[in-house]
Amino acid sequence: METRAFQRIYTRIEQITKATCTVRATGVGYEELAMVAGRAAQVVKIIEDQATLQVFAGTEGIPTNAEVVFMGKSPTLKVGDALAGRFFNAYGQPIDTGPEVEGEEREIGGPSVNPVRRKQPSELITTGIAGIDLNNTLVTGQKIPFFADPDQPFNQVMAMVALRAKADKIILGGIGLTNDDYLYFKNVFENAGALHRIISFVNTTEDPPVERLLVPDMALTAAEYFAVEKKEKVLALLTDMTLYADALSIVSNRMDQIPSKDSMPGSLYSDLAKLYEKAVQFEEGGSITIIAVTTLSGGDITHAIPDNTGYITEGQLFLRRDTEIGKVIVDPFRSLSRLKQLVIGKKTRADHPQVMNAAVRLYADAANARTKLENGFDLTDYDERALEFAREYSRELLAIDVNIDTEKMLEVAWMLFGRYFSQAEVGIKQELMDQYWPKE
Amino acid sequence: MKETAQHTKGKVSGIIANLVIVQVDGPVAQNEICYIRHSGTALMAEVIKVLGDKAYVQVFESTRGLQPGMEVDFAGHMLEAALGPGILSKNYDGLMHDLDAMTGVFLERGEYTDAFDMGRQWEFRPLAGVGDTVEAGSWLGEVDENNIPHKIMAPFKLEGQYTVKSIARAGTYGVQDHIAILTGHDGREIPVSMVQHWPVKKAVKAYVRKPRPFKLLETGVRTIDTLNPIVEGGTGFIPGPFGSGKTVMQQAISKQAEADIVIVAACGERANEVVDLFTEFPELDDPWTGRKLMERTTIIANTSNMPVAAREASVYTAMAIAEYYRSMGLKVLLLADSTSRWAQALREMSNRMEELPGPDAFPMDLPAIISNFYSRAGIVYLKNGRTGSITFIGTVSPAGGNLKEPVTESTKKVARCFYALSQQRADSKRYPAIDPIESYSKYLEYPELQETLNQQISPGWVGQVEELKNILLRGKEAAEQINILGDDGVSVDTHLIFWKSEVVDAIILQQDAFDEVDARSPLRRQKYMVDKVLAVAQTELAFDSYEEVNPYFKRVIAALKQMNYSEFESPGFRQYEEELQGILEERKPG
Ligand SMILES: Nc1ncnc2c1ncn2[C@@H]1O[C@H](COP(=O)(O)OP(=O)(O)OP(=O)(O)O)[C@@H](O)[C@H]1O
Ligand SMILES: [Mg+2]
Repeated sequence: METRAFQRIYTRIEQITKATCTVRATGVGYEELAMVAGRAAQVVKIIEDQATLQVFAGTEGIPTNAEVVFMGKSPTLKVGDALAGRFFNAYGQPIDTGPEVEGEEREIGGPSVNPVRRKQPSELITTGIAGIDLNNTLVTGQKIPFFADPDQPFNQVMAMVALRAKADKIILGGIGLTNDDYLYFKNVFENAGALHRIISFVNTTEDPPVERLLVPDMALTAAEYFAVEKKEKVLALLTDMTLYADALSIVSNRMDQIPSKDSMPGSLYSDLAKLYEKAVQFEEGGSITIIAVTTLSGGDITHAIPDNTGYITEGQLFLRRDTEIGKVIVDPFRSLSRLKQLVIGKKTRADHPQVMNAAVRLYADAANARTKLENGFDLTDYDERALEFAREYSRELLAIDVNIDTEKMLEVAWMLFGRYFSQAEVGIKQELMDQYWPKE
Repeated sequence: MKETAQHTKGKVSGIIANLVIVQVDGPVAQNEICYIRHSGTALMAEVIKVLGDKAYVQVFESTRGLQPGMEVDFAGHMLEAALGPGILSKNYDGLMHDLDAMTGVFLERGEYTDAFDMGRQWEFRPLAGVGDTVEAGSWLGEVDENNIPHKIMAPFKLEGQYTVKSIARAGTYGVQDHIAILTGHDGREIPVSMVQHWPVKKAVKAYVRKPRPFKLLETGVRTIDTLNPIVEGGTGFIPGPFGSGKTVMQQAISKQAEADIVIVAACGERANEVVDLFTEFPELDDPWTGRKLMERTTIIANTSNMPVAAREASVYTAMAIAEYYRSMGLKVLLLADSTSRWAQALREMSNRMEELPGPDAFPMDLPAIISNFYSRAGIVYLKNGRTGSITFIGTVSPAGGNLKEPVTESTKKVARCFYALSQQRADSKRYPAIDPIESYSKYLEYPELQETLNQQISPGWVGQVEELKNILLRGKEAAEQINILGDDGVSVDTHLIFWKSEVVDAIILQQDAFDEVDARSPLRRQKYMVDKVLAVAQTELAFDSYEEVNPYFKRVIAALKQMNYSEFESPGFRQYEEELQGILEERKPG
């Protein structure tokens, strides 16, 4: 970013912490962008003529007489069709070999959509993964994270979902992505011949953590451009939002704010909601769907980050290794898509809701039987059948390597019902049983 | 607070997120509204602390780009709601601006629209006569708002008694036309139009007294109406971890409850959830009147991406509207989802002001704020002898799903119904996930309610409810025994006790909110199914071994479930009933 004539320059830094510095200056706007000794920074507090700046790359080596240049605007991104196929850093600067993007300059983190101008989401996203399409159906305009421990293959599943989702644009917001994962995404998209519809904003583990705070807003500003202006179906991938929240806590901590639960800032809910609520279905056809990753520590969802996320997003997808079949599955108990009601049984076959529920209920019976077994009790005939059902259900439907269409998923479920249970045990509406119960 | 003609002015001197410090040149009041001038727009804010000549204001908008030195105009009044005909069917933001009247797809900072059409004409009919003595809240006349008799009242701000000097004749008048002139003791004349303003954080007290609630408010949700009823003018809350069904439950209540007016405050929750209401309510029928649900509903939407300070205001705006309609002698149902977001908004501000924090960094006075809010609900006798009520149900979103946290604990002290959603029930898709053992309705202990219930439903009703609760409790104990001792370590009787409670659970507690028939169960149907279930529980059944019990009861439950899914008393319903009878016969001892 070059310096221009109207920019105001100050050199009296009065206070420096690890993430912020305070400069004596006038005419400063809240959230204004500035360069401190050449590093990007943003105004986070103004008291009289003292402006406190959050320096994204950290304050190491910044002297008290460093040049502070105020840019007269908050952080922006130049949007245009030329974004497609490009890779950027957290500031929206190209990190591939391509040229600077020309286009309209937009402030990131812009205003919210008027709720009465939203449309109720109703367009199904199919992924071929039954753990998603059958049990936790996704809809355009939805926001949903993977809740997963760091060792699980969430980025792989996410890339797979993104490629199968038939989106017009896929926007990757890489937040503290390892270099390996970054290259993985790049390869997968390239091999699928999808690079022209991908836009990436990436902060890797090698970059300063506070820079991460810019990535989701950059990604979502680009998403809004394509969804509003071009009426496209945009899929935004944000991985890993836990690292985003960690960056928030670093800043609030440096600003001496009173932390609430798990040393997270008291505003964590609002901060995350502002991002996730960018997911939207517009009346004119464009949409932004957000699929995110929230890594957990030891599966603990009561930690403030997954907890607040769960309260904001429209469900969550849990990955778990099923040791009995030796595969990663989408856990049917803890996963949930809250928007599925809008499409299942309406855009899919009428028996979908009841089949889905019955299967999960029977799977729960199997879990109870397993507990009994572990406690050394005898199993009833029903328990035995439930266990066998669960094993096949897991392998044929829950495993993430399943790739079939929804109709086929329903057929498989009915077949398993018929194989292991009586109609009374399955307990679905009679008219549906009459229609779909497998004939001998 | 004194309304003065000369308003104080000020200049911005500091900005920390949405907290702005204003240097003032004159008197300011706590909670006074002011407007910060920012390149052509005026951003609304509220005074939340005063220190010398510095007013600390919370801005109801994003503060991006604000600079020290910007001018501030103080309004001379607190945050007020405009009240008048035309509020029903509206979708508001937290400050009662009409969202539909806003122009763009995105919310523009400082775009403040009127709460209702100020140019609209209404058919007015006088109710008071010249010479009548009136006071705050007296009914002067009425207009027909969506088939609801909307009373035009003497302003709530009046103090003492007034005489009606003149009143408009029946006819068509504009909202802002004077429809009456009132004269005070001092001879001062007060012109009254159909619009009045009220500071939302103050309770409207235009009533004589608040009795204890004594009438059931039917919701069509079995686990509420039958087991833990809410009452007209009652208070309740629904705490539960994310995804446990708070919103689905509240939406079911908002669609089905026996209320004249429903006010839904979406407080810091998902925009897509209010879009559900916007989309469905104009289409769905009010089961009580057959008119469209939207006609009786007002939605206040401060979704989680809207400014935090306006989130706090939104619940008060909703309450003020509720009080306005209650004063017309109407049954108002007020729902807020989620009150935790409101508490968090308070926490964010309190932290920015560097106040000494209470538990979990919430402000120290949180319990008082919550209790004060809930106390505004209630059934009241108006000064003309009629009753009106506000039934309030709020959801609570406890951090980590742990009920030992300040918002849940503070709410538990004031709300009389407790509908605890259990993660375990939600995980096993036993919806609604209300835990039948933890939850309670204190009203069920009120002799006055017991009396009305027994009269309204059937003479032994309260006894039957106790019986159901007993079965559930004993079933839980039996389940624990079976878990510890194993299926064959307990008697067949223990299995029977367990399975009878499973019948109550599956048929009375569980209810499919997404099934057209099952979603709403009118009281008469609830009574019918309770009789059925209790009859099953009282039937003597003989089994040779415990292994026969489980498959047998699965069939019992399946038949009863089919009844729940069938139109009440339809041929299908009867057929499953007969089937059930047959199943019961099979195991008759002897
Ligand atoms: N009565 C019900 N019948 C069927 N499904 C239900 C019922 N209640 C809840 N659900 C399911 O649970 C999901 C979550 O419910 P809901 O949105 O009400 O949770 P919540 O408690 O409001 O969560 P949050 O605190 O995150 O807002 C729903 O989308 C639906 O799939
Ligand atoms: Mg909810």
